[in-house]
This record gives sequence, structure tokens and C-alpha cells, in this order.
Amino acid sequence: MNTVDLLFYFFSTLALGGGILMVLSRHPVSAALFMIVSLVSVAALFVLLEAFFLAILQVLVYAGAVMVLFLFIIMLLDVGPEGGKVSRIKMISGLAGCLSFGILSVLLIQFVQIDVSHSANWPTLQTDKAVSGNFLLFSNSVKNFGFGLFTKYMLPLQVAGFLLLAAMIGVIVLSKKSLSVDKEN
Amino acid sequence: MFDPDFIFMIGLKVFFAFLMIGAVMTMAGYSVLAERKVSAWMQGRVGPNRTVLPLVGYIPFFGRFLKGLGIFQPLADGLKFLFKEEIIPGHVNKFYYNLAPIVALVPALTTMTVLPFGEFFNSDGESVPLMLANLEVGILFILAVSSLGVYGIVLAGWSSNSKYPFLGGIRSSAQMISYELAMGLSLLPIFLWVSQPGSGLLGLSLVDIVQSQSNSAWLFLVQPLSALIFLIALFAETNRLPFDMPESETDLVGGFHTEYGGFKFGIFFVAEYAHIVVGSAIFTLIFLGGWHFLPWIADPWPANWIGTIIGIAWFLAKTLFLIFFFIWIRWTLPRFRYDQVMNLGWTKLLPLALLNLLFYVLLVTWLDQSSL
Repeated sequence: MNTVDLLFYFFSTLALGGGILMVLSRHPVSAALFMIVSLVSVAALFVLLEAFFLAILQVLVYAGAVMVLFLFIIMLLDVGPEGGKVSRIKMISGLAGCLSFGILSVLLIQFVQIDVSHSANWPTLQTDKAVSGNFLLFSNSVKNFGFGLFTKYMLPLQVAGFLLLAAMIGVIVLSKKSLSVDKEN
Repeated sequence: MFDPDFIFMIGLKVFFAFLMIGAVMTMAGYSVLAERKVSAWMQGRVGPNRTVLPLVGYIPFFGRFLKGLGIFQPLADGLKFLFKEEIIPGHVNKFYYNLAPIVALVPALTTMTVLPFGEFFNSDGESVPLMLANLEVGILFILAVSSLGVYGIVLAGWSSNSKYPFLGGIRSSAQMISYELAMGLSLLPIFLWVSQPGSGLLGLSLVDIVQSQSNSAWLFLVQPLSALIFLIALFAETNRLPFDMPESETDLVGGFHTEYGGFKFGIFFVAEYAHIVVGSAIFTLIFLGGWHFLPWIADPWPANWIGTIIGIAWFLAKTLFLIFFFIWIRWTLPRFRYDQVMNLGWTKLLPLALLNLLFYVLLVTWLDQSSL
């Protein structure tokens, strides 16, 4: 067990513990803060894999922007531990929980069943930063991320972009509508 | 795991980290003094001129000069913060109230790990940047970590459980998110410009951005609009006037730190000035050529340890000028209203940054195609 292993166990405990506490804590602000702890710990796990770019994106997007908005909304609505409505659609929540648990266990079983000999076929990390035109290197350099995104994964990237655009327009339309109703009242 | 080399390496890093923190904190402390002195100078006052260490005041001429300069004022202020009674109001959420100053200070001090401040020439004459950690994506690291700084303010505002701090915290979170976008977008053309084909430089690395400006144009001459947008967003992100929404003492009493006193207030104060120091250093590195002499002129100093020291001093001089610029703006411009801040961020700065990005994308493509 070397230092990296120790750090791995430390941060994975923090990530899982943060996640569990997020679900269990009664106060929404505490829940949001535990979620931030969990997200930052996952970023630290990325750092241990030397995927600095992914780690930074994790912090920049999730911990730095999305969670600030979450906190903003929680504080603006002033939801306390006793505030907020208990979700009535417990059936759906239960179903969603069961489904995610099922998918996770299938993944886990699949992963455990992989023979150790297969690990020879896993892609190995290439440390050189040169971007090759013929095949995509499995590497942690930023250039390769960009190269992959704009060549092999161009279509998924565009689809994701359009999905986000549609969601954004939807939000604008919905919020505009409620505003005009308010004015009429 | 515990071989001596490893421990020595860790120890050396810790030592350098302490040196760096010491330097930045000293600069933060003395920017407070600079703030008071410059504001006094602009308003025709004298500023702090009474604090003096025992005995030093009796040195003829020199002692009086130091006293008039107020050079010992930060020391006295620091002691005052330390020895003041810590009052925790009864109505606050104690855990988050105590957590908030820590959350505010840690990101401010973490950003300096990837901050290069000079270059060192090894025995082969190659330039090695002086910094704690040479990260390939240093500028993104700074953006990511400084975006965490808002939690300190938001938590302080919320946990104080009182109206004015709460308003300060809410305003601050809205402002941070609005100006982060413009800030990120204003940097994208810089990344494009620096990582031109053949140069072998990577635009996301702060060292490479500085090296691209050696013996050629500074980036604020190449991209003045990016520099302007970045500077405005920097003012907003560091909560400086005219953007000090979370504090705005004229309408929110003291803003997010109304309920804080003593050392906890001191930590917020130091964190704000540490943000200014680091922000000025980043602007110097990206747009003002870092430690390089002047645009289009090669560094006149020799490539050895003397050059290293002059380079660091030159970088510090530029950074100090920017800190002065921050103070200058604060005592020149009045504060925006909250809706004006939002308006400026979303309807002026963001479209401008997008247009700027589009322009430089087209320009870089054209330059590439015509292979100039």
C-alpha cells in the first residue's frame, strides 16, 4: 500500500460518505454541502488517475457552477428541515431507485467476472502528447480530448449540444410564460 | 514509502508552499495599507501615520519616515484582529458560521499553487518556470478553484440568519455565476492565439502563455477586447468596487460579514485581498507579458540568476501596478446597482465576449488558411 492507495481510500471514503450523508441529512443546505464534498472528492480521484483536465472540469462545472445555483435556489426559497413538501410519488422514486440499483449490480457483476487475463487487452495510458491522425491515443493530455471530441465523437457531441440547447430554450419559454401570467394578475 | 528522498521532496514542497503563502499574505496585508494610503492621497488626507514599533520611532529621520509611511499599520491591525473578543451572535447557525471564513480563505490561497512568478535558468541555459506545480491546464485550475470561493460568502450570508448578510450572500452567488461565463469566454481567444500550430505551446498553460509573449507583442495589444472583458469580470469576481454587491456597505450595512467580528472578519478581509493579489498576478501573466521586459523587446537582462531576480522584480512591479489600479478604480467609480450589475453581465459583457470569440475564431482560421 503506497501513498496513492492511501489517498485513493481516503477520497473514495469521502465521496461515498458525502453521498450517503447528502441523502440522509434533513436540512437541504447540509445536503447540498455534502454533495459538494462528494463532487470534489470525485475530482480528487480523477487527479489520482492523472486526469487533471477531467478533475478541473468536475470542479469547475459541478462544484463551481451547478451547486452554486442549487444553493442559491435552496436559500432563496428558504427551505428548512421541516419545509418543503414530501414527495407524494413514492412509487416512482422507489422504481427509479430499484432500477439504478439493478443497473449498478449488473455492471459490478460484469466487472468482477472479467478475467484478470483480459486486463492485457485494456487500453494503456500513452504519455506522449502527440496527436496522431490515424487512431485515437488513450491519453490524459488536453489536446487528445479535443481531438477525440471533434473527430470520432463529433456526432454525440453535436447531439448533446442540441439537447442542451433545447433544454435551455424550454426553460426560457416556461419562465417567460409564468412571468406574463403574473403580470396579468 | 518512507524513503528519505521522498520525505525530502515533500518537505521541500511544503517549505516552498509556506514561502509562497508568506509572500502572498504579506502582499495582501500591505495592499490593505496601500488601499488606505491611496484613498487618503486621492481625498487629500494623510492616511495611517501613527503606528510605530518601540525604539524604531527614535531613529533620526528614518524612523519618522517609516512612521509617516504607516509601514507598521498592518502589523497593528493583525494584532488587533487576533486579540479582539470573539463574539458569536446567538441567532446564527454555529457550525456554518464558523466554517464560512475557512471556506473563503482556502480557495484564495490554493490558486497560487499554479501561479508562475519568474523563470530560472538551469546549467544548460534552459528556462525553467518558478512555480509550485507546473500544471498543463493551470489557468483552468485557477478558474475552477476560485469559483469555489463563492461558497464562503454564500455560507456566511446564510448562516448569519439575518436579513442584510443574507441579501449579500444571494447577490454574490448570482454575480459570481454571471461573470464567470464572460471571464471564461474572454480567455478562449487567448488559448486559440497562443497554441498556434508550430509553436509547440499549449494555450491552457500559464507558462506557455507567458513564453508566447517573450520578444513579441503582449496579448493585451493583440486582443484588447479580451483583456477588457477579463478585467471587468476580474473586478466582479474579486468583489471589488464597482461590483462589491456582497458587501455594499451603504445599503447592506456590511453585507455578508455584518455578523462577523474579530479574527473571523479578518480572515474574510485577507481572503478578499489575497484574491486581488492573485487576480492581478493572473492578469499580468496573461495580458502583460509576465516577467518579460517590454513588448517586441527581448529581455535586456542576462540569462542567469541575476536575470531571474530582475525578472521576478519586474513581474512584481507589474502586479503591484495592477493592485494600485484596483484601488484607483475603487476610489474613482461609484457602485453599480444590483440590477445594473446583472444587466451589464448578461446583456452587454456576455454577447460582447461571444462576438469577440467568434471574431478571433474566424481570424485564426483565416491566418491558418493563408498560412501567414
